[in-house]
Amino acid sequence: MAQSNILPMSASARNAGVAFDLDWIEDLRINLSASERRVASLPGRRSVKKDAQAAWLLKAVTCIDLTTLSGDDTASRVRRLCAKAKQPVREDILEKLGFAGRNIHTGAICVYHRFVKTAVEALEGSGLPVAAVSTGFPAGLVPHDLKLKEIEASVRDGAREIDIVITREHVLTGNWRALYDEMRDFRSACGEAHVKAILATGDIKTMRNVARASMICMMAGADFIKTSTGKEAVNATLLVTLTMLRMIREYQERTGFKVGYKPAGGVSAAKDVLNYQILMKEELGRKWLEPELFRVGASSLLADIERQLEHHVTGRYSAFNRHPVG
Amino acid sequence: MSLAAIRPSTAIPWGRILSVAEYFETMDYGPAPESDAEVRAWLATHKSSFGHFIGGSFVPGAKQIDTNEPATGKLLARIANGSKKDIDAAVSAARKAQGPWEKLGGHGRARHLYALARMLQRHARLCGVLESLDNGKPIRETRDLDVPLAVRHFYHHAGWAQLQDSELSAYKAIGVVGQIIPWNFPLLMLAWKVAPALAAGNTVVLKPAEFTPLTALLFAELAHKAGLPPGVLNVVTGEGATGASLVEHAGVDKIAFTGSTEVGRLIRKATAGTGKSLSLELGGKSPFIVFDDADLDGAVEGVVDAIWFNQGQVCCAGSRLLVQEGVAAEFIKRLKRRMGKLRVGHPLDKAIDMGAIIDPIQLKRIGMLVDKGVAEGAEKFQPEITLPAMGCFFPPTLLTNVETSSTVATEEIFGPVLVSMTFRTPDEAVMLANNSRYGLSASVWSETIGLALDIAPKLQCGVVWVNATNLFDAAVGFGGYRESGFGREGGREGIYEYLKLRAWAARKPKAVQRVEIEADVKPNFEEPSVDRTAKLFIGGKQARPDGNYSRVILSPSGKIVGEVGEGNRKDIRNAVAAARGAEGWSKATAHNRAQILYYMAENLSARSDEFASRIKAMTGISKAKTEVEASIQRLFTYGAWADKYDGAVHSPPLRGVALAMNEPFGVVGVICPDEAPLLGFISLVAPLIAMGNRVVVVPSERHPLAATDFYQVLETSDVPAGVINIVTGGRDTLLKTLAEHDDVDALWVFGSNENSANAEKLSTGNLKRTLVDHGLATDWYDLASSEGPVLLRHAVQVKNIWIPYGE
Repeated sequence: MAQSNILPMSASARNAGVAFDLDWIEDLRINLSASERRVASLPGRRSVKKDAQAAWLLKAVTCIDLTTLSGDDTASRVRRLCAKAKQPVREDILEKLGFAGRNIHTGAICVYHRFVKTAVEALEGSGLPVAAVSTGFPAGLVPHDLKLKEIEASVRDGAREIDIVITREHVLTGNWRALYDEMRDFRSACGEAHVKAILATGDIKTMRNVARASMICMMAGADFIKTSTGKEAVNATLLVTLTMLRMIREYQERTGFKVGYKPAGGVSAAKDVLNYQILMKEELGRKWLEPELFRVGASSLLADIERQLEHHVTGRYSAFNRHPVG
Repeated sequence: MSLAAIRPSTAIPWGRILSVAEYFETMDYGPAPESDAEVRAWLATHKSSFGHFIGGSFVPGAKQIDTNEPATGKLLARIANGSKKDIDAAVSAARKAQGPWEKLGGHGRARHLYALARMLQRHARLCGVLESLDNGKPIRETRDLDVPLAVRHFYHHAGWAQLQDSELSAYKAIGVVGQIIPWNFPLLMLAWKVAPALAAGNTVVLKPAEFTPLTALLFAELAHKAGLPPGVLNVVTGEGATGASLVEHAGVDKIAFTGSTEVGRLIRKATAGTGKSLSLELGGKSPFIVFDDADLDGAVEGVVDAIWFNQGQVCCAGSRLLVQEGVAAEFIKRLKRRMGKLRVGHPLDKAIDMGAIIDPIQLKRIGMLVDKGVAEGAEKFQPEITLPAMGCFFPPTLLTNVETSSTVATEEIFGPVLVSMTFRTPDEAVMLANNSRYGLSASVWSETIGLALDIAPKLQCGVVWVNATNLFDAAVGFGGYRESGFGREGGREGIYEYLKLRAWAARKPKAVQRVEIEADVKPNFEEPSVDRTAKLFIGGKQARPDGNYSRVILSPSGKIVGEVGEGNRKDIRNAVAAARGAEGWSKATAHNRAQILYYMAENLSARSDEFASRIKAMTGISKAKTEVEASIQRLFTYGAWADKYDGAVHSPPLRGVALAMNEPFGVVGVICPDEAPLLGFISLVAPLIAMGNRVVVVPSERHPLAATDFYQVLETSDVPAGVINIVTGGRDTLLKTLAEHDDVDALWVFGSNENSANAEKLSTGNLKRTLVDHGLATDWYDLASSEGPVLLRHAVQVKNIWIPYGE
């Protein structure tokens, strides 16, 4: 088993996954209080102000998976969102920031399978990828073969990214082999599309579970690990982020593969996203601030960033109605 | 230098500032400066020149000295250099205020302390920024730690003032307290000292460190505005000589000092025999222990908080990393990577981890010690990070391949320098951790609860953090074992440092003793009693004195009532060795110790007539039987207390507990009084052994036979060998050996005033804890002054074990 876990040729290659190895998760130790102290003190240790802050917020815009995952979604709703994704910040503001003519767009659009086609059409020519939540989102309790079929259908419709949900039962019962196999199947069904593994951290609760599930999903080939569906009682927090980032680092040390990270749900204020970015930079490094390795699943975050950016260029506090809605 | 030359300057070198587009590429942090405008404005209202704060107003000092900004080396303000006269004025202001302040009562003082807490909170940012400028520490720390903790101390101690009348009614204020605080946490140390002192009804003369006097002056000014009566808190600034004048001042009833062990020793010597109370919070070389089942990433962050907090200028800094061998390489790798992320910069930059070192002298010393460590074989690692071009900065430093014999493994560096060693087993971790003169704190990292909680009590130090480090709270006592000082700050254990027992305060000097003249012996032809020459009692056996001399014991009429061995230095040495060896007693269950105390009482009771007649023969007193009865009762009392003098579970503001454990000192020397030769002996020995100490006792010099007769009680009561060792002989010489012995942890002296003075003066070698009677007569029949918690409190040292939890 261990033989297959050798470093791949290219360290920047897509995560190919490695053979299942329980040893990797058995030694994992997470001290909750120590983790809490780290995330509590970090925002006090790092601060981004003025021009640097504007740059960081703009960078955050490029990492947003602009999302709509509601029961009342329709094609027109999705098209409006796609338009916003292509032009997330007012042109005049970009100009004042020194970004005139630069193609600033969000990281992706994230929708249900039903709207993949609509989004792909709306985004044609923009280079913006469409991400689909698949595998019986959000509970993930439909039959396994249907999950795989859903993934395949989304990919067929043009989704370049698939956000899957894991079966929480596998984590809660310690059935790591089942989790690995499930994830492996998802990955293989995705083909060329990148796969983000949603752990539903609010459901699996403990940091040890979060750490183990993160590691297993990476071993099985996840390109990103993602906190939440946005539908659990608790979604992304800095605490689970710290745990997951440390696992990404550990996985990279073991395999050489860089896995991305996506917090989702609950990141709605500009100052929140800065704390996530700081944590990424401190725990993983500069590379994890780009959309290739960092996404934020959010719907209302963008509006707050737009206001902050306008405030930055005018010196006056801004209002929501001054920015086109998504 | 003219005042114009020290006009405030805001020209802080923040480094290169980029455009938005450039930041977008680099994703650098950029400068995040905290404004110093308010502080500069405050300094300007004082023309950046300060006097002392005495009796409610600023009083100019005769001479002035500079205080600089460590981050830039620029002059920040000029302060008065306190003279003897200034100290005189401050002490008399404090004396004048003390009576009315104490009379105000607990609730009245509680209102004042509450107001001080609120006042600090209102001016939190002003205090924080001023502290950063004067000390060089990051604004993050002053804003998030120093100031909030200072506030918390005033709130907590407002509570003790409120509860004093009900909870501490057997005690009263000590009087005028002189407090000398260091430069590493200027405002926080002020709070730790001033809050309990004022709460308990004392008044204060505070001497802040010469490098960092400004927050104390600001505090005094604000406290005055908040209504604190004049003279209750006085601040005299200056250098070491100013502090020395305060220590030596006859009008001061107590000295509380935080600083180096070296200065602590000088203060112990200077106050010896003066009757001044003393608490010392000194240096450390605290271990940071990482077991192979620890959360290694968590522990790495712990190291950051342990040694790169306040640039490592922390008495309880986790400066000795001990890592279990199997994970050492991995841990060091992760630590080095983490060090590369540390940011060192101007203290008012909100995006840094480390600010400036306090002074160029200190910077030089740190560099010198690191060089010495390398010369002695250590491997130096410093990350490739940029330091500010000017100012007083030292990079975070890790020394690996350090051996126990290396200078950097034993000396307190007081800078951002971590030394690391490995261990193989938990036993070895404990052995290495305790292989130090110091004993301030320790940090233990393991995810196995059984292991962590097994290690914590075995560490010789006053504070243990489990899976955490540098946690502080006003409700949890802080203070050291060994040469890290004595006394606690915070919690119930801390408030006692500023109180004195009413029953002891009322003691009078002992009557001068008559010297008996040996009467002529008149032998006759009656059948003599069988000769009983008492030997010494060492390691559970009766041992002939090393010198093989004996001393004659006389009755009040000069009649020879017996002879005892004349113990000497070597007998004390042997007795201490026996006591050290009887470590099992400290680990025995409290139930077990109680059983043996009861058994001693039982066997004493069986011989009560014999003891009574012996006491009568020696002392001539008529209530000898009463004394034996009282002694039996006292043994019962401590048998009872053995499993009831519990520690406490503190409630600091975190998800977890802090266990305040009452731990024995180890080996305690006891000099017994001449009055009540049996009861005095029992009153001192019983509480000590009930708490798990082993003792070396010098019984009453005049009337030792009750103690030597007691050998047979010990031998028949299952007292393990070495727990109680008795050396008879000349009190003064035996006391000297005990006081100077570096393997004796504490010393109780109930004798002459000179004995007390010598005990305190000679105890500085290992800074042993002393409990002395200053030649005052204790009434051994008065329960309030001689039985129970009043003495048990001195028979233990409180260790606080912080246990945060959660899954």
